Amino acid sequence: MTDLTSLTLAEARDRLKSRAISSLEITKAHLEAMERAKSLNAFVATTADRALRMAGASDARLAKGEGGLLEGLPIGVKDLYATKGVHTQACSHILDGFKPPYESTVTANLWREGAVMLGKLNMDEFAMGSSNETSYYGPVASPWLPPNWSRDRARAALLAGKRGLLTPGGSSGGSASAVAARLCLAATASDTGGSIRQPAAFTGIVGIKPTYGRCSRYGMVAFASSLDQAGPLARTVRDAAIMLRSMAGPDPKDSTCSPAPVPDYEAAVGRSVKGMTIGVPKEYRLEGMNSEIEALWTRGAEWLRAAGARVVDVSLPNTPYALPAYYIVAPAEASSNLARYDGVRYGLREPAGDIVELYEKTRAAGFGAEVRRRLMIGTYVISAGYYDAYYLRAQKIRTLIKRDFERAFADGVDAILTPATPSAAFGIGEKGAENPVEMYLNDVFTVTVNMAGLPGLVAPAGLSSDGLPLGLQLIGRPFDEETLFALGETIEQSAGRMRLPDAWWA
Amino acid sequence: MSVDLNAVRRIAHLARIEVNDTEAPHLQAEINAILKFVEALNAVDVEGVEPMTSVIPMRLPMREDVVTDGGIAPLVLANAPLTEDGFFLVPKVIE
Repeated sequence: MTDLTSLTLAEARDRLKSRAISSLEITKAHLEAMERAKSLNAFVATTADRALRMAGASDARLAKGEGGLLEGLPIGVKDLYATKGVHTQACSHILDGFKPPYESTVTANLWREGAVMLGKLNMDEFAMGSSNETSYYGPVASPWLPPNWSRDRARAALLAGKRGLLTPGGSSGGSASAVAARLCLAATASDTGGSIRQPAAFTGIVGIKPTYGRCSRYGMVAFASSLDQAGPLARTVRDAAIMLRSMAGPDPKDSTCSPAPVPDYEAAVGRSVKGMTIGVPKEYRLEGMNSEIEALWTRGAEWLRAAGARVVDVSLPNTPYALPAYYIVAPAEASSNLARYDGVRYGLREPAGDIVELYEKTRAAGFGAEVRRRLMIGTYVISAGYYDAYYLRAQKIRTLIKRDFERAFADGVDAILTPATPSAAFGIGEKGAENPVEMYLNDVFTVTVNMAGLPGLVAPAGLSSDGLPLGLQLIGRPFDEETLFALGETIEQSAGRMRLPDAWWA
Repeated sequence: MSVDLNAVRRIAHLARIEVNDTEAPHLQAEINAILKFVEALNAVDVEGVEPMTSVIPMRLPMREDVVTDGGIAPLVLANAPLTEDGFFLVPKVIE
């Protein structure tokens, strides 16, 4: 009997349809895998009863030859998606006990298509982080072993604070770890500055942040409203395409959500990339860049050339300003979005004598250090006397960043190929203690895409000499996710399917 | 540009987050580290550039001005720390 958790989402879908397997079987297999992997800390809430009920209902539909696009497939959900009656806290203490009486549009879409909910996945608090270390529920361990570590050493570390084990990246660390460890067939995630793409690169899986407005943000705990976007993490490009098709779509409850219909993204997987023009931006070649990543980038361009694409140099001159501009715009928007957490209507409430004390004590007790840092910066850069010098200036630079991409696309480029991250996954506890900016530098290749509202896909492209996964990023035209799936598949075929680690944790 | 301790306290009050005297200097250092990082933006010529308001060109969708939702007060109050008679209860607001 095949280990059901080692199937891809597409394979599982096909076997469920042909009734070779049942949803109950594959859901149970995943719940068992989750139980064995508890110490990874990828899940913050498990919905086993609900999962079994949903699987049973799926089996009944499949038996009649009916069913949606994701019928019977067990999926994990990032903790920032409102799931009706279920733990939804964006991994923050300040939302203690919050169980929404409504469902996010993205997850409602998944359940409508018959997917099965396994539970809620760990993340950096309010999506602020690049390593899942800011979560109220503690760090997540990547299923990849640190170089030269024995399984015994890793198992011991799991139970002793996880220090030294690899981070799966962030903020969608739980989602990435769960998908890479085969605890779910795919997961929902979100991306504001790279939170889908960087974890995908760190764990050797596929992630796509679609065009801003492709998916509805209704029911997603908001971080930065002009940057946030929902997207899937999955083990293959095809799986990511299948997920995105169901996650995306028009929604009158989100005024920033595009009314455009969603294409069948799976149909784009395997499409020829012959004749496409791929841009390689010289400003992404950083001084002192990791030579293995630079070599992988070159290899990626060669693969696309071999598949019939034309590779050209492009210039995106405002690239160096994207990261600092992001760390003004995102915190500024966050300071507005997180003002609602005040102890009045939901979540944590600290004892206080008057209303201002209530706000100040609740927010001080409820927010973690990184969130507090960003809220302070965000408040400062939009405050009187500083708004023009910081926020307004950053928004103007954002226009310039977007214009760079528009110029490249107008010159005939179909997609842009870049590295995904400046390094392979690092250890838990390794970065950010001295200077918060050290952690922010992880996002250097990814934030430009959010700032410009474009779609970005990351696919695993190889291993470092240490044996850790490395990914490549493809950036596309607005609403042209199909081109990214076609190119992503070419990368995946050229690189060969990433061999994910065997379970050492149980 | 950098902030002094008074600015840190002022920002904390604007953000309605309590920051005590032991935390303030550390927070000041962190904020200044970030401000130093973003100084790079001063090098850019933004003359005549419009600030980005909409990431993807889109008109704000309109709809008929009719009530399409509501009557769900118990759901709205369901997660509240303290309620009474359909109201959220808070400590005194006005002296």
